[in-house]
Amino acid sequence: MNEQVKEQPAGWGALDDLPGNPIMWVLIVSELLVFGAFFISFAITRFLEPEMFFQSQGMLDQMTGGINTIVLVTSGYCAALATSAVKVGASQKCRLFLIAAIGLGGVFCVLKLREYGAKADQGIHIETNDFFTLFYLMTGFHFLHVIFGVVLLGIAAFKPKVDSVVTVCAFWHMVDLVWVLLFPLVYLVR
Amino acid sequence: MKYQSQKVAIYYFYGAMALFIAQVLGGLLAGTVYVMPNLLSELVPFNVIRMIHTNALIVWLLMGFMGAAYYLVPEESETELYSTKLAIIQFWLFLIGAAAAVIGYLFGIHGGREFLEQPLWIKVAIVIVALMFLFNLSMTILKGRKTAVSLVLIVALWGVAIFFLFAFYNPTNLVLDKMFWWWVVHLWVEGVWELVMASILAFLMIKLTGVDREIVEKWLYLIVSLTLFTGILGTGHHYYWIGTPGYWQWIGSIFSTLEVVPFFAMVVFTFYMVWKGGRSHPNKAALLWSLGCAVFAFFGAGVWGFLHTLSSINYYTHGTQITAAHGHLAFYGAYVMVNIAIMTYALPNLLGRAPYKQTLNMWGFWIASSGMAFMTFVLTFAGVVQTHLQRVLGQDFMEVQEQVDLFYWMRLGSGVVVVLGVLIIVVSLALPGKEKSPSAVAQAAE
Repeated sequence: MNEQVKEQPAGWGALDDLPGNPIMWVLIVSELLVFGAFFISFAITRFLEPEMFFQSQGMLDQMTGGINTIVLVTSGYCAALATSAVKVGASQKCRLFLIAAIGLGGVFCVLKLREYGAKADQGIHIETNDFFTLFYLMTGFHFLHVIFGVVLLGIAAFKPKVDSVVTVCAFWHMVDLVWVLLFPLVYLVR
Repeated sequence: MKYQSQKVAIYYFYGAMALFIAQVLGGLLAGTVYVMPNLLSELVPFNVIRMIHTNALIVWLLMGFMGAAYYLVPEESETELYSTKLAIIQFWLFLIGAAAAVIGYLFGIHGGREFLEQPLWIKVAIVIVALMFLFNLSMTILKGRKTAVSLVLIVALWGVAIFFLFAFYNPTNLVLDKMFWWWVVHLWVEGVWELVMASILAFLMIKLTGVDREIVEKWLYLIVSLTLFTGILGTGHHYYWIGTPGYWQWIGSIFSTLEVVPFFAMVVFTFYMVWKGGRSHPNKAALLWSLGCAVFAFFGAGVWGFLHTLSSINYYTHGTQITAAHGHLAFYGAYVMVNIAIMTYALPNLLGRAPYKQTLNMWGFWIASSGMAFMTFVLTFAGVVQTHLQRVLGQDFMEVQEQVDLFYWMRLGSGVVVVLGVLIIVVSLALPGKEKSPSAVAQAAE
């Protein structure tokens, strides 16, 4: 019995080697599959309609997108610091870093909503063309994940424990990662 | 079998088997009308035959699920059922309700909304039956041990009942009508039913392979997460052409492509458990059905679903025989087979016999499965030809139907084989062997 326990600490196989709750990693991998599929869809549509993509992309607000990238990456850094803190038992410090990460997540949301608002004022919406359909779907899904991530960080900050903080921060880094790929792909690459 | 109250499952299993036969006979008749279009056209029109075929399927699968739940929940909860009497009353109500609906259909009394044709009062009766069932099971689980298997099962069964409530909502706007219609149809078969299937398979794996419950439960959580992650937004693959906004084509295509993942996980899960368990359980037929279920569900629901789930492909194939191919193999693989798996496992235990008529049962497996596989291939070919002639070349619908007539004859042939297989399966299950199970013998000796 002991041998079996050593061999498979929790019975999750490969997922046991990853930090945090294994189900979170199932979710993370699923999310990456979905965003990956969106990126492929984006690439194919761009290949089919290059002119329209070029024009539509020119209408995006690169500045806000850029600032949001810095905001989100910094938030991710705070989350990483929170993870380090909770591992050495510094709960209070961990909570402060988590609150900072939440605050920056909030800034991201505000900037994103302003960007959406400005687009709406220009009369651009999800049905405008294929570019904007994908733009709204991809950034919209990502936006929902930011909100979900902020909620999760809040739950972890309420009572910081190693397992919950590590699990939530893994999700938060996934949200980070997706944006870091999404931003250049949708906003910058010409 | 450890608890006397589990025996109520016998009612449900026998009821399900009777309706199973009715369902495949209905299918056989419908398949005959396909090749002889005027057959019974005055007496029992095709739409009514089809209604009986599909409704009987849904009712017997649900009845089987109920039997499975009544068998599995007391054993998992380690306590007698809350009320055996309630379960028996519920069975008769359900059976009489289903029979009344079918007789009504024969006289042309139905709502006409596909799969939800039941008249309002039958729908109300279904809700009452569901509440009796869920109350009984929930009370049993509450007073007993709570396991992942029984919790996933009960949550899924509550989901079945809750999503059925959308059957009562029928907006006049045709787009909204279809949109909410799928909340019953899709969120049943690609949502909560899939969870029922996963929990029954998990139960069977625990019993048949002897692998630690802990490990089985982890796989169950994995499958549940993947099912919900892909299946809920996968509803989008029904929103391509019903008048909903175009972005559903992206959402539906992407999420429903991933719907194959939980089905693949079930294949890996079942085979890995059997390999890991390495124990030889005397009920070989139940194991065959469990493994067959995972494999056929993967092909029927997963692969055949993926074939036409991308919106750019579905633009051409929508509502052709490709859909029929997918529908048949998916229902057979996922839900028929999981029902037969649990019946094959549970009935000998319920009747206090050693696993009986195993060889006959496995012959039934191979005959019915071969018939269904051939039917799927035939319908797939018919669908490809139909798609090309009708949707690409723009030929007239009826003209194309004549072109694919040969496939319909072959479908009828495979249908005969399926009916034969089903009869063998039902005989092998319904007529128990004489040999008592070792535990029953031991009890008698005491």
